[in-house]
Amino acid sequence: MESKITHTLDEQEIRSLLRRYHYLSSSLFIAAALVLMISIFLPYWKLTLEAPQYPDGLEVNLFVNRVTGDVAEVDGLNHYIGMKPLDEAAKLERTMSIFAIISLSLITASAILVHNKWAALLSLPVLLYPLIFVADLYFWLRLFGQNLDSTAPLSSSVEPFTQPLMGTKVIANFVTYANFGSGFYLACIGVILLAVALYTHRRNYKPLTKAIQKGSYLRQLSDTNSSDQQ
Amino acid sequence: MFSSTYVKAIPLGLIFVLCLTAIVLGCSDQDSNSAQLGSVDIPADIKEIADLRGLTPEDIEAAVKTYHPSGMHDEYIMMSSGGHSGQIHVIGIPSMRLLKTIAVFTPEPWQGWGFGAEDTMEVLNQGNFGDTELRWGDTHHPAITETNGEYDGQFLFTNDKANARVAVIDLRDFETKQIIKNPIANNDHGSTMVTPNSEWVIEGGQYGAPLGSEYSSLENYADAYKGMITFWKFDRTAGRLNPDASFAMELPPYWQDICDAGKLASDGWVFCNSFNTEMSTGGVENGNPPFEAGASQRDMDYLHIINLNKAVEVVAAGHTNTVNGFRVIPLETVVEKDLLYFAPEPKSPHGVDVFPGGDYMVVSGKLDPHVTVYSFEKILTAIAAGPTQKDAYGVPILDLDDVMAAQIEVGLGPLHTQFDNQGYAYTSLFLEPAVARWSMGGPYEDKHPESGWSLVSKIPVQYNVGHISAAEGDTVSPDGKYLVSLNKWAIDRFTPVGPLVPQNFQLIDIAEPGDDMQLLYDMPVGFGEPHYAQIIKADKLNPWKVYPEVGWNPGTQSVDPHATIVGEERIVRDGNNVEIFMTAIRSHFTPEQIEIKKGDHVTWHITNVERAYDATHGFALSGYNINISIEPGESTTFEFDAVHDGVFSYYCTEFCSALHLEMTGYLLVQP
Repeated sequence: MESKITHTLDEQEIRSLLRRYHYLSSSLFIAAALVLMISIFLPYWKLTLEAPQYPDGLEVNLFVNRVTGDVAEVDGLNHYIGMKPLDEAAKLERTMSIFAIISLSLITASAILVHNKWAALLSLPVLLYPLIFVADLYFWLRLFGQNLDSTAPLSSSVEPFTQPLMGTKVIANFVTYANFGSGFYLACIGVILLAVALYTHRRNYKPLTKAIQKGSYLRQLSDTNSSDQQ
Repeated sequence: MFSSTYVKAIPLGLIFVLCLTAIVLGCSDQDSNSAQLGSVDIPADIKEIADLRGLTPEDIEAAVKTYHPSGMHDEYIMMSSGGHSGQIHVIGIPSMRLLKTIAVFTPEPWQGWGFGAEDTMEVLNQGNFGDTELRWGDTHHPAITETNGEYDGQFLFTNDKANARVAVIDLRDFETKQIIKNPIANNDHGSTMVTPNSEWVIEGGQYGAPLGSEYSSLENYADAYKGMITFWKFDRTAGRLNPDASFAMELPPYWQDICDAGKLASDGWVFCNSFNTEMSTGGVENGNPPFEAGASQRDMDYLHIINLNKAVEVVAAGHTNTVNGFRVIPLETVVEKDLLYFAPEPKSPHGVDVFPGGDYMVVSGKLDPHVTVYSFEKILTAIAAGPTQKDAYGVPILDLDDVMAAQIEVGLGPLHTQFDNQGYAYTSLFLEPAVARWSMGGPYEDKHPESGWSLVSKIPVQYNVGHISAAEGDTVSPDGKYLVSLNKWAIDRFTPVGPLVPQNFQLIDIAEPGDDMQLLYDMPVGFGEPHYAQIIKADKLNPWKVYPEVGWNPGTQSVDPHATIVGEERIVRDGNNVEIFMTAIRSHFTPEQIEIKKGDHVTWHITNVERAYDATHGFALSGYNINISIEPGESTTFEFDAVHDGVFSYYCTEFCSALHLEMTGYLLVQP
């Protein structure tokens, strides 16, 4: 298909067009930021413990800034094997998390305003965020599991261990089930949205900006248009 | 222009994001535990097992109706009096498993009832008689609180016949909260019963005596000796009986027996019977007829018909005397204000039970083979017509023919009556011994195929039945299904265990109409001789699993200001007073070393900071008679004088964890 554009666009019209292209990527950026913010209210990781004495099981829900569920009971059990109270884990991370996620969300949203390849670099911390979370969680699980108090009552029967991030483990009379929670998956979705946003952002801007630079925007525009409709 | 497509995509994109959020949330909330339906396999060798054990097909049916595999809960809960154990027994129906014994009048170590814990000592001491510590009771008639004549499962009352006391049990934690000693009487029997909304708890007396525990010679029996009925005002918010808002009514010394509150048609009235209108004073040793004969001379005793609503007005108007600090309507006023009427009842009756609709009352004269049914409508008509007869005290006597609706010959030794949902009434027959099912007449006649007011069938029970209890069988809407025969004698029912033999609770299936009643189960009761019991639908009870907050004082049902907070355990000394703030958690007390001096006065607080269901800790201290149960969240306080020097251990008496044995500490008392 040939170009529909039969008249010459002036500079202002180009800018107007750019704003329109901006809508898709911008909404994706905002959606990504929104999804990240929502994830604050949802658990990132869950641990369920089952034992005959606990017919309803015990559950620990890890949020970015807090731990909920049967924490006191789990701590009470953990003292037998010499594990530190859960509250002592990742204190710095939990304190910073809300601030950090809001910052990440702002970075995500601000990428809207960066119309060049540096937008991706700016978004890099956000893109890496789920990985950072997983790495940090693993770090603490390992640190707590491997550093059991050797004077604890059951130290002789329960060896140091590392709770897997996902899956089942048997510890004494307990079977534990670990899994990521809705908050973590939502954060992952946020990152995917962000990646898509970056891609469309770049893809829409690149020809236009190049065209503006080269002064041959009409041709480029028509190419883009026709290729879009194929 | 494609740009417009992008614009349209924005709301779609947002919807997409919201959908993703919803999907993620939805996935995370899915319950992974789906119910597993096991296949029912009936082994082929069942018959072989039955043959080997000598079981009939009926036995197998009874077993199937009552057997509860591990983890299955009962449909009903029976609150049984404990008789002279002084306690209340909580029994699952239809499994007939004893779930719990609630300590009421008698110290009980498992619940730490009466071994130091302040809240328990306070309740027990409320029931003292002067300086005498009464430490047992004879519970007869438990009463669950009612709303509109239905059990509501909030509180439970019971009496102590031996000492005229009433106790209040809170069914949130199944603990006794109050014991109240009747200030004007020394024994009771017509208690406890509640009015349809439990505003009043009825405590009818038994053996006549001068009110207020005064002395008078038996020669003055007719003048100085009195009967009484006390109406305790129940404050549901406080969960306590309020003596200041309560009152009693003076009655002739006729040995009032069991009472029942009117309901629906007869709401605002109370009915009691009596069994010694002869006013026999015994003295078999002096050649007088013994009570058993003396009190059984006349063919008729008196059903007491009490206008409670009017009595409340009379009390409000101030027409009372004060006996031992308690408001009493004198007998003259009772007569003058038309608060009491008598109706003749076959001699020496034992029960009066109000029909579910409140429209009839049934009385069983235990020496007469009939049950006598009174019509409340006829009673009101007879009262309005003006009774022509009076007794020696001026109490008007209604004519039996004017008020009787029916008399049904049910068998020998009829005692107590319960009701079901099929228009049947059940009366225990002590002498036969059996339970008689008879058809109710009047408005109940449509519910059953038989004609009204007739004996339908009987089922033998083993042996000597006293009370019976049907599922919600004394409420405005009985459930039927189950009836328990509370038998006094067991004789050959169980393996012999010495000359003192357990009582026998027999579960009877009453679901089928006509003559189809089936005996399902025998439960030995080796803990006092229960009298009455009430059976409540289990789902009406909603007890706490753990106390609502850590630091809970069950005595006040609120957080105790002295509760110990984790990290703030300490020992505070002020002269000779030592105050200990301790916590308990699996598996240690904090502190574990306490050093005091002989002669110190010790005040000791322990908070069980557990939040896990069933994580109860006990606390036992050698040498000082201290033994306490501290349930999850509970805070307890006890005091003692360090009169013994030496080294004493305290330890947890509940096997709370694998390291329970290590849950201990030293109390070192320096000489």
